[in-house]
Amino acid sequence: MHYVVPPDDFTRAGEASSAVKKTLKQIGMNPDVIRRVAIAMYEGEINMVIHAHGGEITVDVAPDRVDMVLADEGPGIADIERAMQAGYSTAPEEVRNLGFGAGMGLPNMKKYTDEMTVESTLGVGTTVRMSVFNHAG
Amino acid sequence: MTVEQIAQKLDLRIVCGGDSLQREVNGRLYCCDLLSIVMGRAPADGVWVTVMANLNTVAVAVLCDLACVVVAEGMAIDETVTARAEQQGVVLLATEKPVYETARAIDRYCNEA
Repeated sequence: MHYVVPPDDFTRAGEASSAVKKTLKQIGMNPDVIRRVAIAMYEGEINMVIHAHGGEITVDVAPDRVDMVLADEGPGIADIERAMQAGYSTAPEEVRNLGFGAGMGLPNMKKYTDEMTVESTLGVGTTVRMSVFNHAG
Repeated sequence: MTVEQIAQKLDLRIVCGGDSLQREVNGRLYCCDLLSIVMGRAPADGVWVTVMANLNTVAVAVLCDLACVVVAEGMAIDETVTARAEQQGVVLLATEKPVYETARAIDRYCNEA
């Protein structure tokens, strides 16, 4: 499955994760896996909208795992270690007014997935790879 | 009990809902306005009481599969939010009362009656 996250549009963030959630439900995936995939993807989408002028998401589903690749051509992350700390945020004020920007995005993505890697080059973009395993499958 | 029963009993205004008003509530409540926290912790089939009433509120309600969202403190809910909620089958209720008072009343009605 492939999705394009449109730039600067908070109202549409969540469309990709909703679509994936629906598909996983239809194929009867374990509900805990669905919940974790949907949360991690939604946080990723919000990050792309806030920081990177959108991006692209690819999702691969197997009976025992869901793999997500979120790629953008945004400004990149200067200090990944700091960005991974809960509470650290560079999001602008208007984003906070919407209920985001609390520095929970990447930490949540890590918390709800089984594997996660972040590759980022300043001025080039960021690629986040996440996997959620279906332990019941 | 259903979302509609809660709304009627506690005098919460039904902003939108349709068929979802007949949804069963499991008696669990969640209060928070920071969406990144809510999306990880709000219980499915539960009630979320918040002052946040934007399109992302609706997205989080869908993500968490909540029975309903109660917008407290008389916060304004604009038409785009209502339209999205209707389209996604999310029940929005509204009240002038504060978050805690609202959640407490729902909790008593669901769990202590």
